Amino acid sequence: MISYRKAKRYGDDTDMAKYIGKRLIYAVITLWIISVITFTLMQLVPGNPFLSEKAPSAATTAALEAKYGLDKPVLQQYLTYMGGALTGDLGPSIKHRGLTVNDIIAQGFPVSARLGGVALAVAVVLGLVLGSVAALKRGKWQDNVILVFATGGISMPGFLTSTILLLSIGVAFKLTFGLGSWQHYILPTAALSLYPMSYITRLTRSSMLDIMGQDYMRTAKAKGLAQPKVLFKHALRNAVLPVITYLGPALAYTLTGSFVVEKVFTVPGLGNEFISSILNRNYPMIMGTTLFLALLIITMNVIVDIIYKIVDPRITFK
Amino acid sequence: MDKPKIPHMPTFQLDIEKLDIRPGDFDAAEASDKESLVILRDSVGFWKEGLSRLRRNPIAMISLVFVIIFLIGAFVVPEIYPYSYEHMDKLSPHLYPMQYSAAEEELRAAGEFVFPHIMGTDALGRDTMIRLLMGSRISLLVGIVAGTIILVIGSIYGAVAGYFGGRVDTVMMRIVDIIYSVPDILIIIILQVTLKFPLTRLAESVSVFAWINKVGVSLISIFIVFALLYWVGMARIVRGQILSLKQQEFVTAAKALGASNGRIIRRHLLTNCIGTLIVTTTLQIPSSIFTESFLSFIGIGVAAPMPSLGSLASDAMDGVTTYPHRLLSAAIWISLIILSFNLLGDGLRDAFDPRLKKDKS
Repeated sequence: MISYRKAKRYGDDTDMAKYIGKRLIYAVITLWIISVITFTLMQLVPGNPFLSEKAPSAATTAALEAKYGLDKPVLQQYLTYMGGALTGDLGPSIKHRGLTVNDIIAQGFPVSARLGGVALAVAVVLGLVLGSVAALKRGKWQDNVILVFATGGISMPGFLTSTILLLSIGVAFKLTFGLGSWQHYILPTAALSLYPMSYITRLTRSSMLDIMGQDYMRTAKAKGLAQPKVLFKHALRNAVLPVITYLGPALAYTLTGSFVVEKVFTVPGLGNEFISSILNRNYPMIMGTTLFLALLIITMNVIVDIIYKIVDPRITFK
Repeated sequence: MDKPKIPHMPTFQLDIEKLDIRPGDFDAAEASDKESLVILRDSVGFWKEGLSRLRRNPIAMISLVFVIIFLIGAFVVPEIYPYSYEHMDKLSPHLYPMQYSAAEEELRAAGEFVFPHIMGTDALGRDTMIRLLMGSRISLLVGIVAGTIILVIGSIYGAVAGYFGGRVDTVMMRIVDIIYSVPDILIIIILQVTLKFPLTRLAESVSVFAWINKVGVSLISIFIVFALLYWVGMARIVRGQILSLKQQEFVTAAKALGASNGRIIRRHLLTNCIGTLIVTTTLQIPSSIFTESFLSFIGIGVAAPMPSLGSLASDAMDGVTTYPHRLLSAAIWISLIILSFNLLGDGLRDAFDPRLKKDKS
């Protein structure tokens, strides 16, 4: 593991606290804006969520609206909803009888998180390895093979990767749906990690190439340091920085990518629920899931930013 | 004080008599004489140099050819193609590539020419090839229109922020930071789901907006979403360029000559970022196509009967074990479009904007 102990000397603790405070304030503002946007947009939709093929009577609709507080003024509805959301209650799911949005998130999220976590880990590890190999073997056949693979990887939409994997390997080995055993993780993980892995590979390759041309690399080699030490201590350590900045977007990609991958592999995760709630027009569910995922992505972004500042001492706190 | 004398300074007197001067020596130089004195190569313009660099890059040229083929296939070929994308032929559903229905076989037996279903037909008897072409038309349209919207908004916003600097810059870039951290796909999905109703109402009630229905509400809301969220990357890149450009002398000169801020931004700053603008826009196109196909695949993209490559892939999921060619054709088509735009963008970046090469892979 690479250690970054020295970095601490450069940053002042109060600066760091200020920086974290600022990032947190922005995160809260962003979340608030997202909640306003989603809530306002939900108001634009005509009719009410109780409409189905059998239109309920006016009295039933009124009773249901009173029950869910939909007869109150919009601002009051928003405040009530946000009050609930802040205390961790995202309201009832209209299409699931007796289940709240919280219940569904609690059911689906651990599944998605496990899948996404594995995929992200695979993407980072393999991406770093492939990118470094490509940079070290620049211009040789290994570099070309990896580049072709990575460029193909960022050109394949996730839904195609997953359907093609499912239909070829999945059908052949009977790994078509669910997450029954560890083998069932292989294909969804592969489908989910292909894009971020290719991206990280390209990122690592170009930043490695950039770093290997730097003067301090020549110094390290001239000092007679062993090749692996030069690579790990000097090159990879710096090449990993752009990859860290990409972790935020990569997480967002994995979460949204899981919508498709879970649909294709019929994994009972949050992504699958989100897609069906969109198709069912289950608005409380859409709103709740959006807020939850936005919170997750934004928190991760803040964490990534902070890690980045700790890791790279050259960056000044601002 | 006397000037210090330099010791051993030779005295020198020009002796005109001894010089070998002829009458022709003071004639104006001929063109050929001038040429022999030019050491530098001809100065090459920005476009010429970039294009020649692009031409030397075989991958970029091949992808350019592919992009042109896709554009012709999407915008020209459907106009002359014998089948239409919405025409259903109940007699010829589920045909394999190059297969003819019974009725068509009869016609062929009678000696008539029947245009083959190159990629077969779908469950409703619609020709798959024309649907692929129309689907790629939608995808390319989304990519190009979104790219243009992003180019306009992002470059103006970034240029204004970078040029004025100070508090204006701080406020404008904070807004960018916030939009940047909004999870785009989530907002796109929500907008996509909710914007349809107000847009339809707008198109029906106000006659000026009747064109919305023609283009398709879902397509419009995709554009709105891109216009709202996707320009921030462009704005950041342009701002960075402007920050360094505005320090240069020619901007000071323009200011001293009394050029207005608008003119400086338009004529001097943005024209100098043209390479960056082209490259970023080209690389934006595949990512917009990517997003659109994702939306269509999960069922909230372009509305039927209009096909999009994503919805074609999604439709092909039914009965895919029997008719794998439908999924594969859509998959290969869309990947090739995205791949060729990505490679062309990489090539353009190397040719027109080598500076960008470092930070983007």
